Amino acid sequence: MKILVCISKVPDTTSKINFVDNNSKFDENGVQYIVNPYDEWYALVRALELVESQGGSVTTITVGSSSDDPTIRKALAIGANDAVRVNADPTDPFFVAKQISNYAANEKYDVVMTGKETIDYNGSQIGSMISELLDVPFVSLATKLDVDGTTATLERDVQAGLEVVEVDFPFVLSASKGMAEQRIPNMRGIMAARTKPLKVIDEIEQKALTSVIKFELPNPKTGCKYVDPENMDELVELLHNESKVI
Amino acid sequence: MSVLVFVEIKDKLTKAVQEAITYGKSLGKVTLLTYGEVSESLLLETGLFGVENILICRSLKERSEQLLSKLIVKAVKDYNCEYIVLSQDQTGKAVGPRVAANLEAGHISGAISFPEKTDEFTVKTNVFSGKAIAFVTVHTPIKVISILPNSVTPMENKTAATITEFNQDLGDARIKVKEIKALGDGIPLPEAELVVSAGRGLKGPENWGIVEDLASSLGATTACSRPVADIGWRPHHEHVGQTGVAIRPNLYIAAGISGAIQHLAGVNGSKVIVVINTDPEAPFFKAADYGIIGDAFDVLPRLTSAINNFKSSQ
Repeated sequence: MKILVCISKVPDTTSKINFVDNNSKFDENGVQYIVNPYDEWYALVRALELVESQGGSVTTITVGSSSDDPTIRKALAIGANDAVRVNADPTDPFFVAKQISNYAANEKYDVVMTGKETIDYNGSQIGSMISELLDVPFVSLATKLDVDGTTATLERDVQAGLEVVEVDFPFVLSASKGMAEQRIPNMRGIMAARTKPLKVIDEIEQKALTSVIKFELPNPKTGCKYVDPENMDELVELLHNESKVI
Repeated sequence: MSVLVFVEIKDKLTKAVQEAITYGKSLGKVTLLTYGEVSESLLLETGLFGVENILICRSLKERSEQLLSKLIVKAVKDYNCEYIVLSQDQTGKAVGPRVAANLEAGHISGAISFPEKTDEFTVKTNVFSGKAIAFVTVHTPIKVISILPNSVTPMENKTAATITEFNQDLGDARIKVKEIKALGDGIPLPEAELVVSAGRGLKGPENWGIVEDLASSLGATTACSRPVADIGWRPHHEHVGQTGVAIRPNLYIAAGISGAIQHLAGVNGSKVIVVINTDPEAPFFKAADYGIIGDAFDVLPRLTSAINNFKSSQ
């Protein structure tokens, strides 16, 4: 089984979100980067479990600059066999999907995995776009994945509840909570990651279809109004007359 | 401007469907596209929100993202649409980017407002798990917009709608749906306007009666925090937060939830937040509009009866 896992770096969950250059750029000052949790905990770890029990290899792919290398090494320390980095600035989702699908098309992967979204741009777009560019099925928001030969059985979140689906290789999935448990890399993994192959390749030409022109912070809450726990009629009154939500 | 609005319709026009049509109507002349078994009267009801032409593909019954994308692309080409509007729900998340990639069109993922009044087409989206807003500009002639539920107010705009059968040969679905484990009939969490949620402070699953009582008095949907779902007190689909469902209701009432940053990431789009907690230092109070320092076991039943009194006096 040959699996490709898309890995992205994101600011740590607890990072302060600020912007610079006239609110046009994310302020990286003092920000700690981590592997996007959905890419790591769910997609990568499940890929490793499958390969450990059934044989094969797990490659990670990232579109980014050399500043992504520490998070790529983290993924290698957790257990990926090798890594690819497309040396480019990942600003537009279609640009990123195009880079990844271009690489994947030549390498003939059985499964391409992404996290369900990154926790910075929350776009949830790359997996779906890759599947279209590769012309293969896409299983979105998968919470469970089992493989038997060249057929996979998955559970995925749908509007009505949960769907159990069957799909043959090759396909793309986006991983949601439930696929696997977080793995902490051990010392041997961290040492081994230093010498595992990290191939850097050039981008292919693709114009950005979208761009973020500026950012804004939401209006801060004006402060909490406390209500006497004995007096819930007052709360109802406030919800009805002041905030008009009931 | 010709606009294609893609929606899934089951047994009624959900708020998400109304929002998508309202959004489409603000951009131009709306052609609605849907599929499966939908009654004619229900289809015609979409005219109430401004749909002029309804395309229905009855031959497609199963939800396959690949076939749905092909169907949408076909309609876009046949009707020369410049805008494609979808709801950013489970189906929209899977289909929207696919359609955009096929058409090499820019995609707005999770629009939270109507377009800005700027030269180039620009729409606001939530980023950094609701901690910031991005203004995204689309540079392509065709634009795909997936809107977050509860982001726009549905507006009636009565139009005489006509139905066109739009059966297409889309090929085989390469995904086989083996089983659907359905949720209850309630309003799905992402679409709910009122949500009552509880956490570990409730001490055990047997105590959820007081949460459900309040929810049913309000006509709200129930939710829970991550630990509660992880230890199995409540089903996983109720889990709101960073790794669960992200919601933006009008009213979010949280009882016995401390308000960790991961929980806030899923609920910070709520218009009004009410926090009930015994601990005055609970971080959630900083994100709340109204706070009640008190025991959920006393406060929830009291709030339920206050709501009941209010409703009977209306």
